Amino acid sequence: MTDAAAALLPLNDWHIARGARMVPFAGYSMPIQYEGIIAEHKWTRESAGLFDVSHMGQLLITGEDLDSALEAILPADLSLLKDGRLRYSLLLNDSGGIVDDLMVTRRDDHFYMVVNGATKQGDIEVLRARLRDDVGLDHLTSQALLALQGPKAVDALARLAPGVAELTFMTGDAFELGGMAAWISRSGYTGEDGFEISVASEDAVAVADLLLEQPEVKPIGLGARDSLRLEAGLPLYGHDLDEEITPIEADLGFAISKRRKAEGGFAGATRILAELEQGPVRRRVGLAVEGRQPVREGAMVVDGEGNEVGKVTSGGFSPILEAPIAMAYVPAANAEVGSSVTLAQRGKLFQAKVVPMPFVPHQYVRKGAAK
Amino acid sequence: MTVHYTEEHEWIRVEGDTATVGITDFAQGQLGDIVFVELPGNGQQVTKGGEAAVVESVKAASDVYAPVTGEVTEANGALTDDPSLVNTDPEGEGWFFRLRLSDTSELDGLMDADSYKSFCENQ
Repeated sequence: MTDAAAALLPLNDWHIARGARMVPFAGYSMPIQYEGIIAEHKWTRESAGLFDVSHMGQLLITGEDLDSALEAILPADLSLLKDGRLRYSLLLNDSGGIVDDLMVTRRDDHFYMVVNGATKQGDIEVLRARLRDDVGLDHLTSQALLALQGPKAVDALARLAPGVAELTFMTGDAFELGGMAAWISRSGYTGEDGFEISVASEDAVAVADLLLEQPEVKPIGLGARDSLRLEAGLPLYGHDLDEEITPIEADLGFAISKRRKAEGGFAGATRILAELEQGPVRRRVGLAVEGRQPVREGAMVVDGEGNEVGKVTSGGFSPILEAPIAMAYVPAANAEVGSSVTLAQRGKLFQAKVVPMPFVPHQYVRKGAAK
Repeated sequence: MTVHYTEEHEWIRVEGDTATVGITDFAQGQLGDIVFVELPGNGQQVTKGGEAAVVESVKAASDVYAPVTGEVTEANGALTDDPSLVNTDPEGEGWFFRLRLSDTSELDGLMDADSYKSFCENQ
């Protein structure tokens, strides 16, 4: 899609008025940065950052007997998902590849699902084709989605939407925010504590204004969103995940619930259960790269003879660690923490070590945890 | 002492047959936070329009081209320790390398400060 064809989201003018540099992303014109990626990144880790993620697909799934309808598609155990709880899950193809990664929430008698912006149209086609005919699927095109992330997000948001501090990680509820209806969950894509806020598109500007009036909050662009999620070890669909990669290779086995591992009965189960048993041939790992030069998506993982044995799928410079970090797929034999890996980028070799992810610790506020 | 500019957003400050090269304030603004600079070695021959350095921002790597042909006489080691000098003082302490010009007539095709300013306004 060209610049000219990029669609406009509800906060488009709001971003421009606040000095954002806009770029085409997932078919939309979106803010890549405001004051600068490193400053925005650090602000989010220290205070609270406001992200516009309205490009993401928000879906409602309605009807009877929804648990079994969705379990035929997702590898989650929905019998364990209580009302107002979110789960990270995966849309899989029949060969076990990942069509998309998503968040699914049980909301009373229906499910609310958030899928990636770049893949939402394809996801909807897959869901329509696979869900029973009596199951309703609504794409909420008149909802905007904001994320408020960082250690002070709770202070800022609780002032506007009393009660949000009672939420714990991966739970959500309906709130009033400045008199406007909002679905708010304690979740996000930065590794920090924080919230995702779904509001009517017509309220998006008013909600964003209220949030930005809070002294803890600054607007953050997609550039810092990417560097934050990389430090948090969170994969990005279309880069670290695609239709050729299985959840086991991607180290997302946690998304396949225990009962589903035992029972199967989801798309791609044959291959995925076999990989669980025998181990995958390649695995997504975190890499600490020697030196200061970033090694980026597309760089090769090479063996001693220079043959390509894997690839870097995300890479950049960590503003917190002040060092280059990356995610890569490496042969299972090289996937253990501490393994040395050689990377090749533009004719130059780099040494790297497999390190545990996240690179920067998660700060989620979990139920029952001491504050 | 004259400063010339290229369409690839390098500046070159000429004193006699030697010159200092860097990237412009416009370029650093477009690139954003610089986290790494790969510089040419002393004695390296560079060719007008050829790759001479690499500058890496948080988002992406970009080539820096030699505005003229010549031999590199010095690289700015300060950028190795503090690449953000390119952001804070791109046309001063954030210089990339110095070279001895092979052919001063190559400067003729470059822009002066005013032409470069209008060139950026049309970007």
